[in-house]
Amino acid sequence: MAEAMIEFQSVTKKYQGGQAAVDDLSMSIDKGAITVFVGPSGCGKTTSLRMINRMVEPTSGTLTVDGRDVTSVPAPQLRRSMGYVMQSSGLMPHRTVLDNIATVPRLNGVSKAESRKRAEELLDVVGLASTLGKRYPSQLSGGQQQRVGVARALAADPPVLLMDEPFSAVDPLVRDELQKELLRLQRDLAKTIVFVTHDIDEATVLGDKVAVFATGGKLAQYAAPEEILRAPANEFVAAFVGRDRGFRHLAFSPSDGVRIHAAQTVRLHELGTGNGAGDWQLVVDDEGRPLGWSGPGAGTATVPGGSLFRKGETLRRALDAALSSPSGLGVAVDDDGRVAGILKADEVLAVIDADRRARQGRL
Amino acid sequence: MEWFLANSGTVFTLAGQHLVLAVIPMVLGLLVAIPLAQLARRSSTLRAVVLTASSLLYTIPSLALFIILPTVIGTRILDPLNVIVALTIYAVALLVRAALDAFDSVDDDLQQAAVAMGFRPLARFLQIDLPLSLPVMFAGLRVVSVSNISLVSVAALLGIGNLGMLFTSGLQRDFVTEVMVGIIAILILALVMDAILVVLERLLTPWARAAGATPAGPERATRGSAATVEAGA
Repeated sequence: MAEAMIEFQSVTKKYQGGQAAVDDLSMSIDKGAITVFVGPSGCGKTTSLRMINRMVEPTSGTLTVDGRDVTSVPAPQLRRSMGYVMQSSGLMPHRTVLDNIATVPRLNGVSKAESRKRAEELLDVVGLASTLGKRYPSQLSGGQQQRVGVARALAADPPVLLMDEPFSAVDPLVRDELQKELLRLQRDLAKTIVFVTHDIDEATVLGDKVAVFATGGKLAQYAAPEEILRAPANEFVAAFVGRDRGFRHLAFSPSDGVRIHAAQTVRLHELGTGNGAGDWQLVVDDEGRPLGWSGPGAGTATVPGGSLFRKGETLRRALDAALSSPSGLGVAVDDDGRVAGILKADEVLAVIDADRRARQGRL
Repeated sequence: MEWFLANSGTVFTLAGQHLVLAVIPMVLGLLVAIPLAQLARRSSTLRAVVLTASSLLYTIPSLALFIILPTVIGTRILDPLNVIVALTIYAVALLVRAALDAFDSVDDDLQQAAVAMGFRPLARFLQIDLPLSLPVMFAGLRVVSVSNISLVSVAALLGIGNLGMLFTSGLQRDFVTEVMVGIIAILILALVMDAILVVLERLLTPWARAAGATPAGPERATRGSAATVEAGA
């Protein structure tokens, strides 16, 4: 059994008005492992994280880190013993990258030269070129800023790392890369990491253990990620895990099987002539680009269309195009934005189903 | 021009006096306004009180203030201290608002990050709030600088030495050239002060230029990931 590093003992946080943000939370967080707090917004995951370094003080209950009550240490000192990474990198725009990384050692009274030297080492640790050290944060990309944020959190070599949705604001490709990087770092460093995210995929990728929080600040399930996916403890967890995972997964599935039907289009200036019988008509401009839909018997009025599906995009985009269209027919366009045809929601669903069966067959 | 050349010594002396009378209140005003602004940030009531009070202060006519002050603070009417106190009051009135805006302009996430890293309040103020509020603060200072330089000349009506005396004496002697020289000198003084503030701001906020000059582009991001590969290998 792993040793506990952080323990919540009946911790409750109530805000004015009596609504509990965190409700009687008891859990123990393993030393040297990544524990992910995941849940919908308003579930108290960030509040719980912030109680560890006393950014938020609990209304009742006790929190210990390495066996010591967090309130037994002055808050600034406690915080310097824990790295903190947040969603917006929170870097100081007026200080160079190196000086940003050196912040906590400097606060601890380490000399400027020594803390800069340490900062240079850390640049390398988080995979940034040393030439970036003299830049200001605004001269870095979002992903690089998050790396600097991680380096800064590691600078004083704290045993605990608190990460509050650190990768939520970067684009998906960079997020993937940063996640891999964190796992690589953790293999060498073996810190006790508490990681907050609303993304169940991220939680299952990173977590040694995952704590699923439900609205109202209740801990719904706390287990290894495989177990949460395999055996959700209750309907809330099942819904949270299932819904997000299924739809997200479509973004990785190609739309090859989706049939694109020929579209019946009408030009804007031809509207109102001969649409008596009443089907939805796709209205296009003279170049053949979609403008909107004309409803049955609507005369010359048009309704804005849904999202467009570009040929070759994923199943997720195909389904979204069909579902967001007022006519129930998704509009497919070619690379020049001209209408290439229409696709039907039920057919997209059939492809998704076939895709799911195929995947199950492989497992 | 001839008149100016003949009297350039006097003009320079007056300009020096003018500058002292304008700059000292600006510095004093800043020193008073910063703690006031910090106080105002503590609650919305305090903020309303401080802002209203400072606006009211600014509506007091300057000439009236120059005349009333001696009885309030016990100076002689010709004491330049009156001008300094009066202009400090105006500077505070303008700068409290500017300082408040300046502190508000500091990113909230950054404040949170600073707390999370273990900054104590004073260190956070000196190392984060103060430097990051400089750009907005300097905008306020530039307004005060122009306003002070223009207001100082009013004190010439009381006979306190500054470039405004070129107006009063020019008027009395019906000598337009002297008035013109006064106007031009004040204009130049204001421009020079403004230029000094701009340069000072640039020196104190090197990061602001870095942000404008080289925005983060895809090229940089690529270089970053290349470095990652190296480090990972």
